[in-house]
Amino acid sequence: MTRAERIAALNAAAKDRILILDGSWGVMIQKQRLAEADYRGARFADHRLPLKGDNDVLCLTRPDIIAGLHDAYFAAGADISETNTFSATSIAQAEYGLEAAVRDVNFEGARIAREIADRWTAKEPDKPRFIAGSIGPLPVMLSMSSDVNDPGARKVTFDQVYQAYLEQVRALHEGGVDLFLIETITDTLNCKAAIKAILDLQDEGYEPLPIWISGTITDRSGRTLSGQTVEAFWNSVKHAKPFAVGLNCALGAELMRPHIAELARIADTLVSAYPNAGLPNAMGEYDETPDQTGHQLHEWAEAGIVNILGGCCGTTPEHIRHVADAVRGLKPRAVPERATALRLAGLEPFELAS
Amino acid sequence: MRPTFINIGERTNVTGSARFRKLVADGDYPAALSVARQQVEAGAQVLDVNMDEGLLDSVAAMRTFLNLMAAEPDIARVPVMIDSSKWDVIEAGLKCVQGKAIVNSISMKEGEEKFVEQAKKCLRYGAAVVVMAFDEQGQADTASRKVAICERAYRILTEEIGFPPEDIIFDPNIFAIATGIEEHDNYAVDFIEATRRIKQMLPHARISGGVSNVSFSFRGNEPVRRAIHSVFLYHAIAAGMDMGIVNAGELPVYDDIPAELREAVEDVVLNRKSAKTPNPTERLLELAPKYKGGKQEAKGPALAWRSLPVEARLSHALVHGITDFIEADTEEARAKAERPLHVIEGPLMDGMNVVGDLFGSGKMFLPQVVKSARVMKQAVAYLLPFMEAEKEGKPREHAGKIVMATVKGDVHDIGKNIVGVVLQCNNYEVIDLGVMVPADRILDEAERQGCDLVGLSGLITPSLDEMAFVAGEMQRRGFTVPLLIGGATTSKTHTAVKIAPRYEAGPTVYVLDASRAVGVVSNLLSATEKPKFLADTAADYEKVRAAFARGQGTRARAALAQARANAWTPDWAAYDPPKPTFTGTRTFAPYELADLARHIDWTPFFASWELVGRYPDILEDDVVGEAARELFRDGQAMLAKIIQEGLLEARGVVGFWPANACGDDIVLFTDETRTAELARLHTLRQQMLKSGEQRNMALADFVAPVGTKPDWIGGFAVTAGHGELELAAEFRAKGDDYSAILSTAVADRLAEAFAEALHRRVRTELWGYAPDEPFDVEALIAEKYRGIRPAPGYPAQPDHTEKLTLFRLLDATAAAGIELTEGLAMTPPAAVSGLYFSHPESFYFGVGRIEKDQVEDYARRKGWTLAEAERWLGPVLNYG
Repeated sequence: MTRAERIAALNAAAKDRILILDGSWGVMIQKQRLAEADYRGARFADHRLPLKGDNDVLCLTRPDIIAGLHDAYFAAGADISETNTFSATSIAQAEYGLEAAVRDVNFEGARIAREIADRWTAKEPDKPRFIAGSIGPLPVMLSMSSDVNDPGARKVTFDQVYQAYLEQVRALHEGGVDLFLIETITDTLNCKAAIKAILDLQDEGYEPLPIWISGTITDRSGRTLSGQTVEAFWNSVKHAKPFAVGLNCALGAELMRPHIAELARIADTLVSAYPNAGLPNAMGEYDETPDQTGHQLHEWAEAGIVNILGGCCGTTPEHIRHVADAVRGLKPRAVPERATALRLAGLEPFELAS
Repeated sequence: MRPTFINIGERTNVTGSARFRKLVADGDYPAALSVARQQVEAGAQVLDVNMDEGLLDSVAAMRTFLNLMAAEPDIARVPVMIDSSKWDVIEAGLKCVQGKAIVNSISMKEGEEKFVEQAKKCLRYGAAVVVMAFDEQGQADTASRKVAICERAYRILTEEIGFPPEDIIFDPNIFAIATGIEEHDNYAVDFIEATRRIKQMLPHARISGGVSNVSFSFRGNEPVRRAIHSVFLYHAIAAGMDMGIVNAGELPVYDDIPAELREAVEDVVLNRKSAKTPNPTERLLELAPKYKGGKQEAKGPALAWRSLPVEARLSHALVHGITDFIEADTEEARAKAERPLHVIEGPLMDGMNVVGDLFGSGKMFLPQVVKSARVMKQAVAYLLPFMEAEKEGKPREHAGKIVMATVKGDVHDIGKNIVGVVLQCNNYEVIDLGVMVPADRILDEAERQGCDLVGLSGLITPSLDEMAFVAGEMQRRGFTVPLLIGGATTSKTHTAVKIAPRYEAGPTVYVLDASRAVGVVSNLLSATEKPKFLADTAADYEKVRAAFARGQGTRARAALAQARANAWTPDWAAYDPPKPTFTGTRTFAPYELADLARHIDWTPFFASWELVGRYPDILEDDVVGEAARELFRDGQAMLAKIIQEGLLEARGVVGFWPANACGDDIVLFTDETRTAELARLHTLRQQMLKSGEQRNMALADFVAPVGTKPDWIGGFAVTAGHGELELAAEFRAKGDDYSAILSTAVADRLAEAFAEALHRRVRTELWGYAPDEPFDVEALIAEKYRGIRPAPGYPAQPDHTEKLTLFRLLDATAAAGIELTEGLAMTPPAAVSGLYFSHPESFYFGVGRIEKDQVEDYARRKGWTLAEAERWLGPVLNYG
């Protein structure tokens, strides 16, 4: 299949059923109990800084593990798997001194995932598999001060963030992803820089790919870390004409549900959700069992509020298998038509109805 | 149904607001932010931000302001309109907003290519756009050209680049009418007509415009301008105008415009010429001076209450503290009433009763009540001439008369002033004698006025003695009226134990705070309540005295020698005290007020108005939050006014001297040879029983003893109060006690901020022992830094007379213009002084009560008699 054919197949599948995204990468990589040497591989054997904990670099140094995880998630029933590139920007990789490797990490991350997905599609042509290029948040925020004494201070400029994302999305595109997934968004302005980078790729002659946007409601306040409500967030990113919009991370299914219901009401596009496996316990581990997750998300599907489901922190292929089984055969949410109106946003939404 | 109309505030627009322009040009972003906050609080749904000013770096100003706004959730709540005629400023703005903004504006004036490029960028940044009816030929003036340009722009935007039509807002140009040039006469009609056609032809598109342009030829006559705006909007909104840059809060309601004026304006706006009015412009010009009126400033959008009957309007004005219409309303009530006095006794007192009830039930708070009093005062001031003109006019009936004063030697009066205002609100006549009033003057006046009560106030500890003295004088002179005691250092215990026994002929009552004052006074003046209240109070005070007496016995103290043996003794051998960068004094006069503003700790500001809670949490408090926000807004505005108009001046002086401890004293030397004594500071040592590692502290412990190592001590005196008395007096003369008290409270905050700011400079620069300390207001307030600055008269050194030594060393009166009263209060009152200690382990402590052995020792060291020592140390004596 060409990429255009795959995108058409993705759109068709989304009309037909609830799509399944994969689960957590962090917890699965943790289970491998990798040593510093695994992270360094031959390429970074003499690197000046420790690399342990930089999961993204494993795309270059332990591609076997990354390929194995894609494989495990597809086997569990996922339609879409994410590239292992959550922190693969020059800004996030600066912590490890790996700015120069960013392009290769993204390109290889996409290439490995592509290869596994294509193998599954060949095996099961009725259920084509897709690759979403993961674009995670940055350790720096454009809407929040970096200095308690100076609310106007920022560690980076919009242009720097934009350039970092541009480098990442260009390499993901070249590596063969089917769509972009801007996820775990804590600051909508960072997200807007990523959106602009993706849209601007068109000017360089790159084929436009679907954009999927997934924000994070940090706590019970019902706001993003940068202070927006769900509706304000949607108004602020709608210009990307996203393939899907949703929420992930920070909350378990129970606490995330009202916000997903709100998004389901206002977003005239697909709605996605991939909550954590509950909230972390005192040891920082997630206790929600696969059948619990499957049970809760089944209810969401029944209620008709979601189009794409998956898992974030603490979820495993077993969780994804339960979710896939639980929602099989259920109808995806019908995308509502909303009255045309001028919709703006600050931290809160503003609407001027016709 | 009339369509919704969105007001876009123009106060954060340097081209629309001279004040905002000045704030931005001066880099005073905190004040500029408060302008934005006020707009949002007043109901702005979108904030227009414009930095187009020739002398500004507009890109940097836009970026700075938007980044700062992002940190203020109560401002960032609403969307921004990024307003500039320069694309680079707009793009800089787009890079700072996380929400979805409106770009104002883009146009085809530089051709289609530029227009497309900019529109595409707006789309990718995610913003709606205002498109001006402006093309290569220029700005469209006629309706047909406006429509043609908008149609062309709409087609390019929606068809060529996929711009969502609902995100397009057209500005078909509002131009000035009634300019005397005939071609301009139809401009308003052209706009209205274009609006109607664009809304019909171009689905989902919106119409906006800058309304104030239309009335430009009437600048200087605000009432007529507002009438033009109101009439223009009435017709433009009906035609489909969706939003506009306009100060909507000041617009009259269309139907409220006098018919004559409205018709004349309507003829001009709609360009209607008739046989009767062949030239509408001339007719409006003739009429205009009649409506110019005074500079009455209507504020706030909610003017519906203006249509209520006059009694209800007066009540509304009192409850909401609105002075804007008070004279007109009072006049209207007077015209209706038989006598002017009846206005006071009728509707005004009814309104104040509502205020009193709301205050009593906790629905109103002190700052609001004081604002109500301001309204009341102005109404009464208006009526006074009429009452005097009434020959038979009897003086007004008051519920009672009280003489109040801050006692001799003390200058603090915020609390007393608040009590005065609250009592006035409740129809008591208050004769306020001011500050530093000697006993005989208070009592002479009380006799002369035949007052029902005497109230005394004070903040510093020597005032306690003075109050007891006044009480004794009342006894001697045969007074029997009640004596009220209040102020920060006063207490029920002190009143019961030290003051009440001196005045047996009448009741003495302690008043905790202003909110209790009315209750106490009304009980004391009520024939029915008084006996029970006095009996309760007497019984209560008897218990307090008994408890005090019991406490006397149980507070065991260490003997002075024992306490000294348990002094705090760091290892001086292992520590080298830091040397200051200079010795002698250095003057800072004047000190920049704007720099002090950022050091302000606002929490005590709220406390001075009896609003309890930590800033900034208090602003969100469920109960007092609203009152706190209002007060804070007024406080910020007062601060801005003081800074801008230079109403106060801050002066300070700092000194360092070579010093070593000698027992519980600290010896200051004339120079580094440390041979000649310059002065001697005396400190007091804790005598409470300590256990374990705990030490009996004295401030001298923080300085290296004679014979160990060279050490130094610092001192300072600062004030931000030059001008405060004049400023408060000026407000008071205008019947505005609220602003008077507010200005004093702000001056106090500035003085405290000055002490903080200077202490920081001492640590990082002048003494310089902590050069890398970061700037962090929270940490400053929490005192998380090295070194202390204890003040004489406060817990670590309760003896106020040490100020005399400090002031002599600093020559503070000459250097900073601060004087000491005979009670050793500083004046101007907004002043702070103290000593600097640099030892890294120095900390604040309270000396607590001391025994006679130390008082005798201290008297010897100071060269006092025992009686003198006991007088000055009265508040901390642990014996009779």
